[in-house]
Amino acid sequence: MATQSIDGPKRGSLLSDQRTRAIVFQALAFFLVAVFFIYIGTNTARNLEALGISTGFGFLDSPAGYDVAMSLIPYTATDTHGRVFFVGLLNTLSVAVTGIIAATILGVILGVLRLSKNWLVSKLVYWYVEVVRNVPLLLQILFWYGVLLGLPRVRDAIPVFETMFLSNRGFYLPRPVPGDGIGLIIIAFFVAVIAIPIIARAARKRQEQTGQIFPVFWTSAALIIGLPALAAIVTGFPLTFDYPEKGGFNFKGGMVLRPEFVALWFSLSIYTAGFIAEIVRAGIQAVSHGQTEAAFSLGLKPNWTMRMIVLPQALRVIVPPLTSQYLNLTKNSSLAIAIGYPDLVSTFGGTSLNQTGQAIEIIMMTMLVYLTISLLISMLMNYYNKRIALVER
Amino acid sequence: MSDAVQRVSTPGVSDEVAIQIIGMHKWYGQFHVLKDINLTVRRGERIVVCGPSGSGKSTMIRCINRLEEHQQGQIIVDDIELTGNLKNIDAIRREVGMCFQHFNLFPHLTVLENCTLAPIWVRKVPKAQAEEIAMEFLNKVRIPEQAAKYPGQLSGGQQQRVAIARSLCMSPRIMLFDEPTSALDPEMIAEVLEVMVNLAETGMTMICVTHEMGFARKVADRVIFMDGGEIIEQNEPEEFFNNPQSERTQQFLSQILAH
Repeated sequence: MATQSIDGPKRGSLLSDQRTRAIVFQALAFFLVAVFFIYIGTNTARNLEALGISTGFGFLDSPAGYDVAMSLIPYTATDTHGRVFFVGLLNTLSVAVTGIIAATILGVILGVLRLSKNWLVSKLVYWYVEVVRNVPLLLQILFWYGVLLGLPRVRDAIPVFETMFLSNRGFYLPRPVPGDGIGLIIIAFFVAVIAIPIIARAARKRQEQTGQIFPVFWTSAALIIGLPALAAIVTGFPLTFDYPEKGGFNFKGGMVLRPEFVALWFSLSIYTAGFIAEIVRAGIQAVSHGQTEAAFSLGLKPNWTMRMIVLPQALRVIVPPLTSQYLNLTKNSSLAIAIGYPDLVSTFGGTSLNQTGQAIEIIMMTMLVYLTISLLISMLMNYYNKRIALVER
Repeated sequence: MSDAVQRVSTPGVSDEVAIQIIGMHKWYGQFHVLKDINLTVRRGERIVVCGPSGSGKSTMIRCINRLEEHQQGQIIVDDIELTGNLKNIDAIRREVGMCFQHFNLFPHLTVLENCTLAPIWVRKVPKAQAEEIAMEFLNKVRIPEQAAKYPGQLSGGQQQRVAIARSLCMSPRIMLFDEPTSALDPEMIAEVLEVMVNLAETGMTMICVTHEMGFARKVADRVIFMDGGEIIEQNEPEEFFNNPQSERTQQFLSQILAH
């Protein structure tokens, strides 16, 4: 004790020192990783040279030479591989975005129903969740695709409300055709969208001053439907529909949802909804029952208790795992290749790769796209999570 | 036992009936939790309910604001009968305040917001006025300086005092206390009991499930002993403690007064 140095605790030998060791190990790890990548890089370059494959992104400007079954942007076989990239990307995004929306709505409804006091309802949801979560997604996609292909041929297509048709070549729906004066309806819609936050703020001010509660939700709903409807009446319904008509081998007019899209979108949605249902259930149950009891004892009604007490606390538990479900759905959409839905992987990452042989560039670009989409979703959800995070202390 | 307990002075008990429970029964599945409960509480009366755990004390007072449903008999609060009628349930819950063993403050709202939420959304009080009322009651429970904090930043005793203030902001005519001090450290029990004594002095009708016998002697007009889902004995505190009638009451009292 008496001889202890005032320079701080005594250090042992250099080899057993904690800090020295940490630095040495990190340097070693960095060195090994660097060696690995240099080796891989030089090896690839040498092999590509031996095979006579040129590297670079020049192939993006050369014609693709193959057709894509479904495209949101104009595309013909003479367009470039670069355009195929965007066609595939848009197809991936459209199935991912619509899938996320459908899975969220269905999942939240199922999660709440799972907590229902009605025995039959909660059991039904329980079995839905168990079945959908425990059957491989690829099998489900193949199953629903099979079901859709089992629909009758165009000649015997099943009419729905006389205007829509289900056939093995897809769902044929009326296509909306905007006429003169459609602009007014769109303006009316945006006026409603702008008016809602203004009304909400005014309602809050009024409540703070007079205590009167204004039905913001119902007013908003009325505005957003009513204003465009009013504009439509004034302009004499400028929206017409192009109805699909049965031709010899195919439908004429209307628009079509391809069976590949429907099968993929449907399977991704119901599969992910099963997981989201469990996340929502767990989130609501994580809020102690005492919270509900306290709110009830203060006279708050059940729907307000849910909105103001339970949901704000449940969301902080729900959002992080929900994010990973969104990421899963987006990445799972690459299973499209199994049923020939022309997403990014099956077009650009499949056919284009086979035709050009530019494996490294194409795989890297495809991986980068998924990485970018995933990081974007993560960023958005993290931002949202931070906003709703529980400020407790 | 000393007889020299300093009783609090309160505005007397009126003849008006605040709560009437007639032949109430409750079952959890096969388990008969409450058996033929009959109880009349007058306005301004302070009742302490005690008994061993599992005797149905909490369940009984939770039936009064319908946090639990009774299956047989009648509960009439402020001349309103508790039935499946949601309007009646809402009306009764607005008049009856409750404090819980684990406080159940809303962790995502500040102390002030905890106190103003129900007045604003249930009583439709303007915000500024609701905040004024809340500050008044936070003053009464002596923690106005904590108004902007979140419940997680407060001690247990402070949280329970906020919970009492939160209930009082709804200006209830009846207050129910479900073991309000059981989850607290000894030094915090005192501060919460003090607030409850002050509340009793204002003439509030109170039913307290508690094992704080000192509080019972000081405040209660009547002490009720429950066991096995039944009201075994009820009496004025003096008689109850000094001259318990049933054997079970004697046994219970000797156990909790032993230390």
